[in-house]
Amino acid sequence: MTLAITIGVLTAGAVYLILQRGMVRIVLGFVLLSHAVNLLLMSAGGVFHRGEPLLDRGVGEPLADPLPQAFVLTAIVIAFSITIYMLTLAATGKGDDTEDDS
Amino acid sequence: MTSALLPLLVAAPLVSAALSTLFTSRAVTRPLLTGTAALALLGGLVLLRTTADGRVLAHQVGLWPAGVSIPFVADTFSALMVTTTALLVLVCSFFAIATGEADRRYFAPLVLVLSAGVYGALLTGDLFNLFVFVEVMLLPSYGLMAIAGTLRGLRAGRTYVAVNLLTSTIFLAGVALVYGTAGTVHLGELAGAASESPTIAVAMGVVLLAMAIKSAVVPVHGWLVRAYTAPSPAVTALFSGLHTKVAIYAIYRLYAVTFEGQASLLWVGLVIFTATMAIGVLGAVGETTTRSILAFHMVSQIGYILLGVALFTELGLMAGIFYLVHHMVVKASLFLSTGAVEHVHGTGDLERLRGLARGEPLLALAFLGAALSLAGLPPFSGFVAKLTLVAAAFEAGHWTVAAVAIAVSLITLMSMLKIWGSVFWGRPPSPEPGVGGPGGGTATATAPAAVRIRPALVLPAVALTGVTLCVGLGAQVLLDLSAQAAAHLLDTSAYVEAVTNR
Repeated sequence: MTLAITIGVLTAGAVYLILQRGMVRIVLGFVLLSHAVNLLLMSAGGVFHRGEPLLDRGVGEPLADPLPQAFVLTAIVIAFSITIYMLTLAATGKGDDTEDDS
Repeated sequence: MTSALLPLLVAAPLVSAALSTLFTSRAVTRPLLTGTAALALLGGLVLLRTTADGRVLAHQVGLWPAGVSIPFVADTFSALMVTTTALLVLVCSFFAIATGEADRRYFAPLVLVLSAGVYGALLTGDLFNLFVFVEVMLLPSYGLMAIAGTLRGLRAGRTYVAVNLLTSTIFLAGVALVYGTAGTVHLGELAGAASESPTIAVAMGVVLLAMAIKSAVVPVHGWLVRAYTAPSPAVTALFSGLHTKVAIYAIYRLYAVTFEGQASLLWVGLVIFTATMAIGVLGAVGETTTRSILAFHMVSQIGYILLGVALFTELGLMAGIFYLVHHMVVKASLFLSTGAVEHVHGTGDLERLRGLARGEPLLALAFLGAALSLAGLPPFSGFVAKLTLVAAAFEAGHWTVAAVAIAVSLITLMSMLKIWGSVFWGRPPSPEPGVGGPGGGTATATAPAAVRIRPALVLPAVALTGVTLCVGLGAQVLLDLSAQAAAHLLDTSAYVEAVTNR
């Protein structure tokens, strides 16, 4: 339930920010949105199994699903690189993102 | 060709990209760019030959057991797509070399990584890996959009990045939902899952929605026209051939494998894709530059291509796949021929160009051939593509869809004649200034007789128009291959067996 509410709040914030005019706000909106989706990916693997799926460390407890964690890691890297690129776009061409014409 | 060589189609462009980043002299980057594309074309042709009899090649990367590994799969459909993609990359690279764009720093590596992403997306048998390869394809595209360095390019770049990032996020959410509901993202394990369980169907629906945005289906097509009119002509031609087509390929593959062509949902596709055909072509009517007209036509044509999957009959799928290959070639040809004009005369504005056919007969012929092919006139490939598609729609009893398809091709023809009439036909403006109308101030735009387009800029478009003519005249070869590809989509058991290694 906590996860579902967190994902919902993050998505709501993201939608609000993406609908703004300034590029930096849009970028921040996308950061929130990618967090929300990463949490969704994590929850897809089930969150009640917490044992470390590494060598013989988690023996005896229910092991966490490592696959969504790997997915999230990949997704974070991709989202990070695109965020940097979008921030660059926001920095170049100063002050033209609030104009009406395009 | 053994299946272990499949990952090479992704690895080789990546290695060439790394090399062309390190060695920046044009004596190295040019051969790397064209050589890698030529090798991929060769690989695609070999793959096509191997899979033409219905064999499905699959390689479990790292020799992990099937179901755990990330598989690379190739059947006739993927082989066709790989071959066409490689052809387009090769031709567009030659065009970019002719315009001098290929010598920009990072152009060659970006195009190579882009092509690696496309080959990967076409060959992967895993949903999450599809996401990764689509990102590998998109990241260099963002770079290519910005490489022109104009403010307008950057603005369009922002829209493009924002739309694609949003779409990728939706796609990722869809993958998460699929994993949460089905417990796997392996296409072989997902076979038929969505048609059995409504929960998985909803999750797959999110994935398909993301793919529909990426392929610019109405009503989520708005980004395409804006994005495709901003970058340089060579980049536009490349994008038009690759980006949306990967998404279309994914829609075909995913709907066939996970939904097994579930008939109860097909009406959604029929309605949306018919609307795409009609609205795309109507959007083109009001445009005044060659590239925006062509971009709107692309939206319209995407409706035609996807109609194949919405019919989901043997004939329909075959027509759709044939149409897909035909469209990739023809659209790139049109973008390259008008791109050559735009590169030399500095504008694609219909008002400011006139009578080019007299000075550039070869280029005019290339444009006319591709334009007639797009509109669906014999003897070009477009005629065969449209005929089979309309026949498939009749066969399935969808009379309205067939009627719309025919009406839309008439408007397409009208629109192509508009470009032909104002850019190529007519009397070339006389060299003295002031005759060229209101835009006559710039001498380059109104004096085609004085400015010649170099053969190197003309030949890529001519080559692709030649391909569409050959495909039109010898349509049976491609029709047979499309039929084989369609058979694997109708009955996915061979594909699933190969991926899961059962």
